[in-house]
Amino acid sequence: METVIDIKHLSKSFGQHEVLKDVNFSVQKGEVVCLIGSSGSGKSTLLRCINLLEKPSGGAIIYNGENILDDKHDIEKYRTHLGMVFQQFNLFNNLNVLENCIVGQQKVLKRSKQEASEKALKYLKVVGMEKYQHAKPRQLSGGQKQRVAIARALAMDPDVMLFDEPTSALDPEMVGEVLKVMRTLAAEGNTMLIVTHEMEFAREVADRVVFMDKGVIVEEGAPEQVLADPKHDRTKEFLKRTLK
Amino acid sequence: MSFETIITILENNWPMFLRGAYITLAIAVISTIIGAFIGFFIGIMHTIPAAKRSFKTGVLKIFNFILSVYVEVFRGTPMMVQAMVVFYVLYAYGIELDRFVAALVVVGLNTGAYMAEIVRGGIVSIDKGQYEAAQAIGMNHFQTMVFIILPQVARNILPATGNQLVMNIKDTSVLSVISVTELFFQTKSIAGANFKYAESFAIACLIYLIMTFIATRLLRLMEKKLDGPDSYKVENTTAAAK
Ligand SMILES: Nc1ncnc2c1ncn2[C@@H]1O[C@H](COP(=O)(O)OP(=O)(O)OP(=O)(O)O)[C@@H](O)[C@H]1O
Ligand SMILES: [Mg+2]
Repeated sequence: METVIDIKHLSKSFGQHEVLKDVNFSVQKGEVVCLIGSSGSGKSTLLRCINLLEKPSGGAIIYNGENILDDKHDIEKYRTHLGMVFQQFNLFNNLNVLENCIVGQQKVLKRSKQEASEKALKYLKVVGMEKYQHAKPRQLSGGQKQRVAIARALAMDPDVMLFDEPTSALDPEMVGEVLKVMRTLAAEGNTMLIVTHEMEFAREVADRVVFMDKGVIVEEGAPEQVLADPKHDRTKEFLKRTLK
Repeated sequence: MSFETIITILENNWPMFLRGAYITLAIAVISTIIGAFIGFFIGIMHTIPAAKRSFKTGVLKIFNFILSVYVEVFRGTPMMVQAMVVFYVLYAYGIELDRFVAALVVVGLNTGAYMAEIVRGGIVSIDKGQYEAAQAIGMNHFQTMVFIILPQVARNILPATGNQLVMNIKDTSVLSVISVTELFFQTKSIAGANFKYAESFAIACLIYLIMTFIATRLLRLMEKKLDGPDSYKVENTTAAAK
């Protein structure tokens, strides 16, 4: 199997507060990894360290055989290979749906307007939002915004998609439409790293589930193993709390 | 004060009133634009993320300090005094500025000092998520500012900028101290010749009101235009697939 991202001994502190401690794990091509754990365990921080929205305090992130934490590394270029989907959507408020999916392709990847719009429309279709291409973000529901955000990330043709609790800010009736899109992406063989509280979803789509607690990876493995038959007490406790 | 007198004054002096109004409007509009540019420049300079321990950051700090001094000085002194200082200090050094140019310099710099704060406020009020989303798709700081942040800032500060324009239309009247032939100066000349102060200034008052009223309406219209239509066109699937 081909490793897309390999994380070695990653640590992150905010001042005195050590949020990630010696985290080691990797994502393989075509794999869907779900990251679970209680609030404050460092899941978001890990994801944000991977695309360098937070600067790791130590360790290495290996992408394409290179440690992207080396000083000379082109961070902006590296980020184009990662598609990020935020809990709060973060669509560009000054741009309409189509432009949201085009701007990065045009300005960063230097694609032609024609190519960028075709690609944008293709992915807007995948998420079922091509009808709304002229709408501004403020005119959309949360679920619609999140689907556009997914299309925006996909349009950059990333090697891996990172999702940070993509359904947590949504009203219950909109969670389904976003999870449905994510199921499709998983089925199509996209590489995905998903922070989620949706255990049912994780069980269904994940190739591997990673359980984090207090800044360390406690346990990882196939969903049927980690979710149904966890080895560690901390995992058992967490699952008892969330599944009850 | 009688209505007939007002009509007579208008009949005899309308070219002077018109010219005064024209100068007032020209100074107000041009210097608001100059001020907006200065404001954006300073606002951007003040919000460049500082890299640690670099020579560039040191230079930037000194430069930003100078800009802060400028902002403080122009916000902390009356524009009338600024006009006198700029005009007569330069005059003392043998530089005789055209009065209209001097007016643009004073009002432009004054507006710039206020706009700097407005723009800075506009930039910091943009949600952090907008920067993060831009960074996440690989934009650098410059691209993030130009394509994502500043367009939103420009839209958000439009009401405050309009307010500056309205204030500038009124405040150009203090420029009469350096004999700029704006509306107030012209009115003073007219009244000085016909001794009808009340009627002459009533006319000036009305002209100021008309100008500020129109400016306000135009800016509202511009806001509406920038926001685009309330509804959006729903593209049907076949058209989108073409
Ligand atoms: N910018 C920051 N400055 C200081 N502390 C931070 C910062 N960001 C996160 N933390 C701290 O790091 C810890 C881990 O936060 P993180 O957001 O990664 O948790 P999480 O697992 O994503 O939780 P949740 O499920 O609530 O999203 C928390 O204790 C949090 O307070
Ligand atoms: Mg989180």
